[in-house]
Amino acid sequence: MANQVWVYIDQFKGQATPSAWEAVSAAKMVASQLGSGVTALAIGSGVEGIAQQAFDYGVDEVVLCDDASLLDFRVEPYAAVFAKVLGEARPQVVIGTASTRVRDLFAYASIDLGSGVIVDAVGIEVKDGGVVVTRPVYAGKLLCNEVAKKGQPLLVSVRVRAFPLPQSGAGKSGNVTKVAPVLSEDQLTTKVVDYVVEEGEVSVDGAAIIVSGGRGVNGPQGFEPLRALAKVLGGAVGASRAAVDAGWIPYSHQVGQTGKVVSPDLYIACGISGAVQHQAGMRTSKVIVAINKDKDAPIFNLAKYGVVGDLFEIVPALTEEFKKRLGK
Amino acid sequence: MNIVVCVKQVPDTAAKLQVVDSHVTWGDSPLIVNPWDEYAYEEALLLKEKFGGKATAITMGPESAVEALKTCLAVGCDEAYLITDPALKGSDASATALTLAKAVQKLGDVDLVLLGKQAIDGDTGLTAAMLGRHLGWTVLTQVIKIHEIDPSAKTIKVERFMEEGRQVCTAKLPAVVSVIKGINEPRYPSFMGIRKASKATIPSWGVADLGLDAAQVGANGAFVAWPEIYPMPVKETKVEWIEGSSPQEIAAKLADKLIAEKVI
Repeated sequence: MANQVWVYIDQFKGQATPSAWEAVSAAKMVASQLGSGVTALAIGSGVEGIAQQAFDYGVDEVVLCDDASLLDFRVEPYAAVFAKVLGEARPQVVIGTASTRVRDLFAYASIDLGSGVIVDAVGIEVKDGGVVVTRPVYAGKLLCNEVAKKGQPLLVSVRVRAFPLPQSGAGKSGNVTKVAPVLSEDQLTTKVVDYVVEEGEVSVDGAAIIVSGGRGVNGPQGFEPLRALAKVLGGAVGASRAAVDAGWIPYSHQVGQTGKVVSPDLYIACGISGAVQHQAGMRTSKVIVAINKDKDAPIFNLAKYGVVGDLFEIVPALTEEFKKRLGK
Repeated sequence: MNIVVCVKQVPDTAAKLQVVDSHVTWGDSPLIVNPWDEYAYEEALLLKEKFGGKATAITMGPESAVEALKTCLAVGCDEAYLITDPALKGSDASATALTLAKAVQKLGDVDLVLLGKQAIDGDTGLTAAMLGRHLGWTVLTQVIKIHEIDPSAKTIKVERFMEEGRQVCTAKLPAVVSVIKGINEPRYPSFMGIRKASKATIPSWGVADLGLDAAQVGANGAFVAWPEIYPMPVKETKVEWIEGSSPQEIAAKLADKLIAEKVI
């Protein structure tokens, strides 16, 4: 286990999350510059299938901790395994996707490891043998280059969609090491009793297409045409703070400084004026389309394509158009 | 119930930021209580109203951060403590969490620590879990609902907001809990509250008062450094207006563009 670069594979109920593999891309890039291989670590219950997937994505070796007590993510037992394994291996860097779980895990385990954490990386490079991580701060108004001052491994989470999925070449294999859990159930202070999953809608987290509504949708029913467009495009529905605070749509849809930060391929802003707090959550989207009645709305400063008009006419027309084009 | 609320003073969300000699400045924009922390003090006040006890606000920052504590007192917190020391400069999330942990231990007999999920300046969202680990307490982040607390059995039941939905957990107190929007509707300070807060004396603690050594905190204690900070490069976008005589014509033109962009 002499690899200097490790990657932590985030999973939910035994399945690696799609963005978990983006971390492998970042790890392979850093490893190639450091002249190292990549070791993957997965913790959970029923995670054995992750090992072969990791090899397919180009990882060189895998460490698994597979135990029924680890079915639901809880920070205490996960961090205990993580800190034990990485405390023994002491690589230079561990990379994982920037999910809620990984944020908790890295924060908690870093205290045991005596090493630093850098979250939400949008860029990583190796300079003079050290890892330099670029991340947004102040709601994406500024960028910051951060480095480890002391302790290793440096724990780095990469923002969802900031790195591509690695090429998958089936057929590779490698060494799989299994490790046992560190804490037993009676040593844990937390129990997961339930999971409430929201009403079958696509989540804005990691969505490739987001159709988002603001004050201009005028009420809860105003989101219906947006939902119809999102459905045709296979995208998620987002919202501005104004629409959420008005009670038109649940908070889980909010994009912006006090909501989710997203970076889809396509962001369609409908009836959103584009306050700086909203921009903070979506400005890194690849293509931004704005539909607004007010041609002076600040959202048009970010948009690649702008339509000045009534969203209740334009959005349904777009839905019909894409139904035709996409054969739905 | 003895509750501690950790707050941070940050530049206003609408502030125009500039970087001067590697330092972030915000002109004459006001400094505010970190918006996420408003949900933390509101939850502390609601729990205090339900169970009795005390809500204590603490902050770590420069002398001027006392204003954030005055806001906490004005909305109804009972006590406030400012943690300030030149040695704290350059603290990362880890050094901050260690400092806050020592302050919580100094206050003593605390059942619950509440924080906002992240501060809108550093945007790390790491402090709650690090603080919990330093204290050896239960950590529950991203909490959108506290279902119940049993102060005598020392248990708590919460709902956590995760990517796949809401995780419902039961856990033991004492706990460090970070909260998000949706958990409550933060109150505004009352006129009487503001008057009372303006007259309050707020004790301040230095590093030595917390039993810490200057080598453990600030830039000395930090595990990460940020040698460079700079404005987000502005993407030169000039909007291309899509026009037409009917919504259908506009939709068709826009669809052409988006298909050509390969984003659909």
